[in-house]
Amino acid sequence: MLEQHIQDYFKTFPDERGHFGPYGGRFVGETLMGAIYELEQAYQQYRNDPDFLAEMDKDLSTFVGRPSPLYLAENWTKKLGGAQIYLKREDLNHTGAHKVNNTIGQALLAKRMGKNRIIAETGAGQHGVATATVAARMGMECVVYMGAEDVQRQAQNVYRMKLLGARVVPVESGSRTLKDALNEALRDWVTNVDDTFYIIGTVAGPHPYPAMVRDFQTIIGREAKQQMMEITGKLPDALVACIGGGSNAIGLFHPFIEDRTVAMYGVEGAGHGIETGEHSAPLCAGKPGVLHGNRTYLMQDENGEIIETHSISAGLDYPGVGPEHAWLKDIGRANYVSVTDDEALAAFHDLTRTEGIIPALESSHALAYVNKLAPTMSAEQTIVVNLSGRGDKDMHTVAAMAGLKF
Amino acid sequence: MSRISQCFENLKADGQTALIPYVTAGDPEPWVTVPLLHALVDAGADIIELGIPFSDPMCDGPVIQKACERALKNDVSIKHVMKMVKQFRDKNKETPIVLMGYANPIEAIGYQNFAEQAKDAGVDGVLTVDVPPEESDEFRQIMDDHGIDTIYLVAPTTSPERMETIASYARGFIYYVSIKGVTGAAALQVDEVAEKLSQLREKTNLPLGVGFGIRDGKSAAAVAGVADAVVVGSTLVRCIEEHADRMDELPAAVAGLLAEMRHAINARDLASA
Repeated sequence: MLEQHIQDYFKTFPDERGHFGPYGGRFVGETLMGAIYELEQAYQQYRNDPDFLAEMDKDLSTFVGRPSPLYLAENWTKKLGGAQIYLKREDLNHTGAHKVNNTIGQALLAKRMGKNRIIAETGAGQHGVATATVAARMGMECVVYMGAEDVQRQAQNVYRMKLLGARVVPVESGSRTLKDALNEALRDWVTNVDDTFYIIGTVAGPHPYPAMVRDFQTIIGREAKQQMMEITGKLPDALVACIGGGSNAIGLFHPFIEDRTVAMYGVEGAGHGIETGEHSAPLCAGKPGVLHGNRTYLMQDENGEIIETHSISAGLDYPGVGPEHAWLKDIGRANYVSVTDDEALAAFHDLTRTEGIIPALESSHALAYVNKLAPTMSAEQTIVVNLSGRGDKDMHTVAAMAGLKF
Repeated sequence: MSRISQCFENLKADGQTALIPYVTAGDPEPWVTVPLLHALVDAGADIIELGIPFSDPMCDGPVIQKACERALKNDVSIKHVMKMVKQFRDKNKETPIVLMGYANPIEAIGYQNFAEQAKDAGVDGVLTVDVPPEESDEFRQIMDDHGIDTIYLVAPTTSPERMETIASYARGFIYYVSIKGVTGAAALQVDEVAEKLSQLREKTNLPLGVGFGIRDGKSAAAVAGVADAVVVGSTLVRCIEEHADRMDELPAAVAGLLAEMRHAINARDLASA
């Protein structure tokens, strides 16, 4: 079965209605359907357009700083005593995370579509900052929706967005986190649909977003593959990435889907522990449903109401996940696991002390899983872990955990 | 003929425009809903839209969001909504009920289960706001099999080609969303609505309802001039919110608001007869 699914993968997914197996699709109110088709048409027109791609490549190179290095974490490898661990350094991108790969692509598309107003949702603030950054550079109006809870815990990123000229709107409805920011951004879009481009930050939302955001993020995996071949002469044995909505993970995984020998691990936030119910791990502990424009695994109660999530990391604090991950889970091509807040925090400190790299709390979840995985592998084997963002934004949270305040 | 179609036939024969109030089931307390529905019928409701509460109502404005939050505080689920409809049907066999909500609570119990419960309770139609025709083949088939009308939305942004598709899928009536925005947002422009409705009438013989942006008797009457049905939601829900701590006065207060709209519509219907 898996073999057939993989053979079909690039021919079939997503289909013309944006389905990955039973997942994905377009579940939005009628008012947005026109805008979604308009976006899909524009994306199909430009995705292989030489001028569009050349402009994007130039921006990724000179503005973002790509390619990002692939770094052998020798000290950490030695400490864990197993597989060799390579870090894909997305934390070194301009604005400090992988998010900018996508916002560059979507903003260039917005420009070609003649839309001068940009909106975005953000959780940790990384996507908001990446959006405000490209909007500032292109002279576009920018409004970022952010859960009021997240505005509090990511105050520094809020200020960065404001410096960049964006208006940050705290969202007070529901659980006051990322999912509510997404609801509010969709409400804005439906109201200002004529002149507004909605830059979704992850591989969720209605078709074509999951496929489009993935395509913009696969630069991560394409580079990593080439770098591994150059450095080690072979493919890695395992890929590890954290999963909130799943954009950095799909960006790393996708170019390796046909390479059967490469194991893939997506790491969700287990929060206080899956058994406590206070987590954000829909692939590990949720069930399929419909939210924010697509069908996917969701954290929900037996009545289909979305339940509040918890993660130490604001970027993982989301009850859904990209539909392509849902499909990769079902066909068994990728493995989805989870680590707790405490495990992620320990990995955060580990990497900081052993390698002199302060990782984002989101990425620390991937690192925490590497802590478990690497020792089970041999020294000839290799792991590529996506260091999707840097930890500067998390100083406040980490200090608070240690009882410090500043 | 479905109860919804019958209702529109009767109104047409009398030269009347349908008035369709929306309330969220279980807002602010579950026990209020059934008396409220009866009060709405007494005040001139022809069809009732009953909202299934959802945690993430992304097509709704703050007024209906808060209504959902109030209902969910009491854990009101589809099961409870069905019970309310059943209880309403004890006394009222005529007024059609349309359930309005989002896909996920319905998916959670399964389309088949939902259809059976709805039929058993006496539900006449269903409108899932985040399920466009493209994603509704299976759902529509199952609702058809159970004699439940699937109501679809048409928006100002809907192209003529899409109107045709939607018209071929729709049952009962078509709900025209009068503004680009969420529920309870801006005031509608009647001439723009009229133009879209005339386009839509070229594609369908179904009655056309208009909702979003109707706030008072004046706007209700203006819409009645161009539509077959006037849908009013946020204005009533705001009134429910204001009476959340005086629930004994709530049904009469909300019904009073609806009655004003009924009078204004009737006056207009009479004048144009």
